[in-house]
Amino acid sequence: MTGALKKIIYNCKQATFLIEKRTLGKITAAEALQLQVHLAGCSMCRTYQKQSMLIIRLFTGFPSDKIRLDDAFKVKLQQRIEKEMNKN
Amino acid sequence: MEQEKTAINSPLKSDPVTWVEKYADYLYRFAFSRLRDEEIARDLVQDTFLAALQQVSRFEGKSSEKTWLTGILKNKVADFYRRQASKGITTIRTAETEQQNFFDADNGHWNTQHYPKAFGLDENNPLLLKELGGILNTCLKKLPALWFSVFSMKHMDDLASEKICMELKLTDANFWVIMHRTKLNLRACLQKHWN
Repeated sequence: MTGALKKIIYNCKQATFLIEKRTLGKITAAEALQLQVHLAGCSMCRTYQKQSMLIIRLFTGFPSDKIRLDDAFKVKLQQRIEKEMNKN
Repeated sequence: MEQEKTAINSPLKSDPVTWVEKYADYLYRFAFSRLRDEEIARDLVQDTFLAALQQVSRFEGKSSEKTWLTGILKNKVADFYRRQASKGITTIRTAETEQQNFFDADNGHWNTQHYPKAFGLDENNPLLLKELGGILNTCLKKLPALWFSVFSMKHMDDLASEKICMELKLTDANFWVIMHRTKLNLRACLQKHWN
């Protein structure tokens, strides 16, 4: 086993970093292998990986269609716009 | 003659009096989903309308009103992110020390108290996801401003990391460190407040 592989087996900090980098960008073939070896033996980082994906899903799937600007603010905004228009 | 008449009857291609009714909710959702802060989102919607008023005479109707207004808002959001980034340097330090405790300083293994534990929920249950999403919103508010900006730009606008680095004046290495730490923090926060 190479030094890099030995090092990664316990290194959850590096493994979680690679998980993030792989999700959003690119990792090298060597890094992908390191990560695979690590995940095979580390259930905590497998849990992390699953939850990391879930967090993205929760963040981007935020139900924004139900959100509305409150009416009082809208009224004020409308008045402000009309006032600004009359200035010109 | 005919042309002149049209010009007088509709001097503007867009009528600001109708903006609030037509676009305020849409623009607010756009801003809120990126900033997750009611007050800031509201202010940016207002700033957008006021800026649009200044430019309305130059609006030629080549794009739709909605696209035009959204474009103005996008710039406001980008300005906001940049301001956050420039003042975010100090807050990084605190969160950095907190985050170091997640892992053993020597071998990088999870420290016992920070082991990721399964949330034990059915990921297809919409009610549980909604509850977890609510907790996530609270956790997002605790992030250093710069981290939140990076996270939101990446996920809500799907921007390339190079673009984000350029906008916020970050190095590529900084970018990945921030993405990693943001996720570690959010995950830990969810675990702490779930159940």
